[in-house]
Amino acid sequence: MELTGAEILVQCLKEEGVEYLFGYPGGAVLHIYDALYKQDDVKHILVRHEQAATHAADGYARSTGKPGAVLVTSGPGATNAVTGIATAYMDSIPMVVITGQVPTSLIGNDAFQECDSVGITRPIVKHNFLVKDIKDLAETMKKAFYVATSGRPGPVVVDVPKDVTGQSAEYSYPKEISMRSYNPVSKGHVGQIKKAVELILSAKKPMIYSGGGVILGEGCQQLRDFTQKLGYPITNTLMGLGAYSATDKQFIGMLGMHGTYEANMSMHHCDVLIAIGARFDDRVTGNLEKFCPDAKILHVDVDPASISKTVKVDVPIVGEVVEVLEALIAGIDTSESKVDTPALEKWWQQIDVWRAQDCLKFDTESDKIKPQAAIQKVYELTNGEAYVTSDVGQHQMWAAQYYKFDEPRRWINSGGLGTMGFGLPAAMGVQLAHQDKTVVCITGECSIQMCIQELATCLQYGLPIKILNLNNGFMGMVRQWQEFFYDKRYSESVMSVAPNFVALAEAYGHVGIRVEDPKDLDAALDEAFNKHKDRLVFIDVITDPDENVYPMVPAGAGLNEMVLV
Amino acid sequence: MQHIVSILMENESGALSRVAGLFSARGYNIESLTVAPTDDSSMSRMTLVTSGTEDVVEQILKQLNKLVDVVKLVDLTESAHIEREMMLIKIEAIGESRAEVKRLADIFRGNIIDVTDTTYTVELTGPGERLSAFLQALSSISILEVVRSGAMGISRGEKTLGL
Repeated sequence: MELTGAEILVQCLKEEGVEYLFGYPGGAVLHIYDALYKQDDVKHILVRHEQAATHAADGYARSTGKPGAVLVTSGPGATNAVTGIATAYMDSIPMVVITGQVPTSLIGNDAFQECDSVGITRPIVKHNFLVKDIKDLAETMKKAFYVATSGRPGPVVVDVPKDVTGQSAEYSYPKEISMRSYNPVSKGHVGQIKKAVELILSAKKPMIYSGGGVILGEGCQQLRDFTQKLGYPITNTLMGLGAYSATDKQFIGMLGMHGTYEANMSMHHCDVLIAIGARFDDRVTGNLEKFCPDAKILHVDVDPASISKTVKVDVPIVGEVVEVLEALIAGIDTSESKVDTPALEKWWQQIDVWRAQDCLKFDTESDKIKPQAAIQKVYELTNGEAYVTSDVGQHQMWAAQYYKFDEPRRWINSGGLGTMGFGLPAAMGVQLAHQDKTVVCITGECSIQMCIQELATCLQYGLPIKILNLNNGFMGMVRQWQEFFYDKRYSESVMSVAPNFVALAEAYGHVGIRVEDPKDLDAALDEAFNKHKDRLVFIDVITDPDENVYPMVPAGAGLNEMVLV
Repeated sequence: MQHIVSILMENESGALSRVAGLFSARGYNIESLTVAPTDDSSMSRMTLVTSGTEDVVEQILKQLNKLVDVVKLVDLTESAHIEREMMLIKIEAIGESRAEVKRLADIFRGNIIDVTDTTYTVELTGPGERLSAFLQALSSISILEVVRSGAMGISRGEKTLGL
């Protein structure tokens, strides 16, 4: 079958099961937009800024496990997409981004809307391609989806010059693809599994530390089986929340800079650390020299480069989380060693003492709205079942602390890159993928303004997202650090001029609600979530500007040196 | 410690920049880098000389392996290997030094490959250390230009780096 390059691209997207293509047209991609116009299978979602296209595709991918798909034009289209590509890269999110490029004859001539998209994106993608010959187009798309979704996932950019999309060629989509230079490992090494089982069962003070990799690798059920079989305490990273049920008694909260006291103390004092699909990020470990001083460390990861990158491990296992956990469970079942129950009981008694600190307690009598209370109420109102996206800052940490996720893929946030502006466009991707589910974007008055234009996209596609704007008049996390470490010199962190968000929401055709008094909070949330169930509601919650995120591991401190309040 | 890493990679445009970009983005050292196609024109062979602690070198090897264009690699320094580098050097050769340069080139088994009334150009191949020693030996003579290829290497014995 002879097709144009543009038609081939669309056909490849169909073959890959792409439901939604997030994008923005421009000169270099006009042929592709024409091909999209002539079909109904791939639905195009017109964003208002290319950054939002990548975040929306990212939210779609995080909430479904399927790769996100993006189409942007050359030059500024591609450069605007960069922040979203880097965001996806840092959190290992599968995504294929098609960038238009000037015709091959003009490449390198400083043509109109030309930039070196492959060069610019190289350090922030898993891989990228420039397709110079239409005969390579279909195979390159197949490779792009294969690379993006296999092994440790990540974004892949396919740069397609305009003339390639205009030419015609014979089309057939490869069913299988193999690349001699790319062979991700799936099964863990048998010898290492054996060593790991012995280490796990030798523990007197064990700790399971699992990250986003368990969610990306679809290993949450195996993680639950593994953890419950052993009866060991478990903590999740910011990216791993929901992999293990937050309301289960073995879950002792998130760890790291704003993790719970019990999680961080257990990390510090454990004798065997079982790290699964986590990468020992600096926000998790605190001061590396003081990290888990007494622990033997087992690390399971699909990416060999994650192992011993920052923390030396004793037993590394490279492999897919599902395969490795199943092998570990089988190994535990057949091992002659058993869990040291008396030691474990003693360990749990110690953990319960740390738990009794109740490190997440906050003032419930205040005459100002406490952001923690607002999130708790949303948690109750949504039965803990909502999809929650967030931006970056204090509200993100509070959402992670106070919304208890029992299921994976419900908590959608930019953990690695820390991208303000992520929350609203990500929520669009989530809502499109889960049309009958409640999607909440927990944000702040500074973050939300970074992609506020997407309120128009939400109206166009009827996305009834609930935006919980925790408005404290500051870049809260910046203010918090300035309060602690810069003697309260609030340099440029005051958002003294912010729009009237209620009027703004209404101007975009949505519902706006402002709430300032704690007594009115219940009614406002009820109105937003129940009365206006089918509409986007912007809930502008005026919160206590002096509230800080606690507990906190100050920069340079060990996990056992938390500041509680 | 210095490591010589030999890399077999897809002969694609941009493959070299992926390696170079990795080193600059992660702050690793590149001391030298050579690259050319092999007998299989779909693949290039790159030899990269780097240095760092054992932990850093381990990360470098893992990160290189992670590049989608990298087919295979080996740290030659881990076992017996042969290292060669080529140097072209243009030296002032007038008066007494003319004979001295010729003598030194002979001692180091270099070839004089170009001659003018006032200069010699010497070609010298060997391990990097020998090339440096030659430069050292010439220290009292005026060196006009030095071009070094950077090291290439291959394992000793039957061990090969191939598909």
